[in-house]
Amino acid sequence: MSEDKHPAAASAPQNEGAKTAADVVAEQFLSAEAQATTLADESRYGLSQWQLMWRKFIRSRTAIIGGCAVILFYLVAAFANFLAPYGGDQRFIEYLYAPPHTLHWDAQTGLYIYALETTFDPETLKAVYKPNPSKKIPIRFFVHDSPYKLFGLIETDLHLFGTTEKDVGVFLLGSDRQGRDMLSRILIGSQMSLTIGLVGVFLSLTIGSIMGVTSGYFGGRIDELMQRLVEVIRSFPSIPLWMALSAALPQHWPPERVYFAITVILSLIGWTWLARQLRGKVLAIREEEFIMAAQLSGAGNAWVIFRHLIPAVFGHIIVIATLAMPGMILAETTLSFLNLGLRPPLISWGVLLQEAQNLESMRHYPWLLTPAIAIALAVLSFNFFGDGLRDAADPYSR
Amino acid sequence: MITFIIRRVLAMIPTLFLVSVLSFIIIELPPGDFMTSLAANVGTSGSSMDAATVENLQRQYGLDKPGYIRYLTWISGFVRGDFGYSLDWKRPVSELILGRLGLTLLLSIISLVIMWVIAIPIGIYSATHQYSLGDNILTFLGFLGLSIPEFVLGLFYLFIGIFVFGVSVTGLFSAEMEKAPWSLAKVLDLLNHLFWPALILGAAGMAQLIRIMRGSLLEILGQQYITTARAKGLKEKVVINKYAVRVAINPLISVMGMQLPSLINGATVLGIVLTLPTTGPLFVRALLSQDMYLAGSFLIFLSLMLMVGNLLSDIALAWADPRIRYE
Repeated sequence: MSEDKHPAAASAPQNEGAKTAADVVAEQFLSAEAQATTLADESRYGLSQWQLMWRKFIRSRTAIIGGCAVILFYLVAAFANFLAPYGGDQRFIEYLYAPPHTLHWDAQTGLYIYALETTFDPETLKAVYKPNPSKKIPIRFFVHDSPYKLFGLIETDLHLFGTTEKDVGVFLLGSDRQGRDMLSRILIGSQMSLTIGLVGVFLSLTIGSIMGVTSGYFGGRIDELMQRLVEVIRSFPSIPLWMALSAALPQHWPPERVYFAITVILSLIGWTWLARQLRGKVLAIREEEFIMAAQLSGAGNAWVIFRHLIPAVFGHIIVIATLAMPGMILAETTLSFLNLGLRPPLISWGVLLQEAQNLESMRHYPWLLTPAIAIALAVLSFNFFGDGLRDAADPYSR
Repeated sequence: MITFIIRRVLAMIPTLFLVSVLSFIIIELPPGDFMTSLAANVGTSGSSMDAATVENLQRQYGLDKPGYIRYLTWISGFVRGDFGYSLDWKRPVSELILGRLGLTLLLSIISLVIMWVIAIPIGIYSATHQYSLGDNILTFLGFLGLSIPEFVLGLFYLFIGIFVFGVSVTGLFSAEMEKAPWSLAKVLDLLNHLFWPALILGAAGMAQLIRIMRGSLLEILGQQYITTARAKGLKEKVVINKYAVRVAINPLISVMGMQLPSLINGATVLGIVLTLPTTGPLFVRALLSQDMYLAGSFLIFLSLMLMVGNLLSDIALAWADPRIRYE
């Protein structure tokens, strides 16, 4: 850990190495905005690097909002089965494509919804639902409904809210083609959509760190070979390449295997970006005195890499990982939306949006689009969070 | 400058070769080939194809030869402009893809132009009015643009088209224009159908450009030559537009190369959502039916488009910023 590094060291010229000229110019200007804010605070000289980062991070309001939102998203994903009134595949055959319920409140019954009356359109034979104001259905908290396993371990059937009547569901975001509650499916879908990003980033990070650190530290032949490989992979536009790879997955594979295969496919391309970013950082740090000092005092390569280099770039690894998350989430959703990624019975936000693919269903059942809002919010929070982290990761910049 | 260009073009050739090999391998990955997936499809529809017919067809189309021979026959055709034969469409690949690639390119270019035309003035405004209400709102909108994937924006666009304007916004032409002969009205109709998709396609890139323009201009405005220009008594307008913006634009040119992949990605996905005849819909179909020459050609051409785009943006940067050439 380079804790004893004096703030002045940050102004040392950065050796960006053999990146293309374009990358260098762009990166310099990308960070210019971050450097525009200054804080001349004497007390920070005694702080460790992590304390400095923390101080810088909490000064940005958007970063904190983003960070809290990200934590909230993962908490929701962890407790999704409890928060959702129903199981992801629980069907209410009486209520296909039911419109969203509106919540009402009065002192006597508490929270309630109106029961839906079903009539059939004589021309289209479609069910038409109308709320019946004379029939109130109370909403109760901590009700027992479909059983599930919390965290995959604890068997329970407790749900945050629901109705007391057995066959009458509460659909705050409407129901889908098969009469499944959209809200429950969005909540449960968050588990897939958010973890696939996490697992994908973890895999890419592992490959990317190994490749990036080795090629940045050793340089020469290894570096050239890796640069070539990265260049070839990056010569493909990512979405068509992802599409081609996912199309190669056999149709008969079980869902778990498809899930894993998709994360691998995402990482196969994702690592290149991480490796390139890390390589640049390693190239810069390799030239610093503390690395030279370690080498001169007889430390082996492995020691230098694991004891000095990795701790020094660890902050950047985290930042790069966070910044890569939105891309992963978007990639999964896009692939699933195009029927090339996860497929039912798995539930993810992209899978849910498959239902909104045709104009007909969008015209009549616009609530099928609600998963899109969840996607946008999740990606937005990750962007805010990652942006704040990036600014904070370089605490020595003005 | 000329040597710079020649060096870059030569460096592209081995990459392109590796790209073509990889494309072929990826397309060949799924077990079976077009004939077996055809047989499976026929099987599900009731009638069946016996093994002998499948084998005959495989031989007829050369599908029984080993992979490397098929690759060599296929790739050697590229020099002659023969990209293979689409088994699904029973037509040469070149007939099928050229128009589609053209539209993808057109859409990307329109979107690039829109991006620049909108992003630069906004970036200048944001930088000259730093932390003002307008700047904050624009920054937030920029983040929003970065966060919503193209296909979701495309869905919202369809949604608004249906609910607010009551028109269907898919395809390239309005229904009444579809069969009409070419006229000014039809061209306008086409542009109208391309403008919004292009804007959607450019949303994320635009947000990025605004941020970079803002940051870069802010940095330049703090430099001494700007102070000198102001001290000389130049008008603020001249200082900004002639002195600062000229230099601040360079990083924008350099990110152009990085934005191309997302434009091509977006055009593919958006084409599927809005049923535009871009590469997207045909590519998906080719992938699913294992129409390998068609899918492979798409992959190669999209990559080529990306590489040429990168080359052009590097040349543009070297032209706009002479410092780059001598590195």
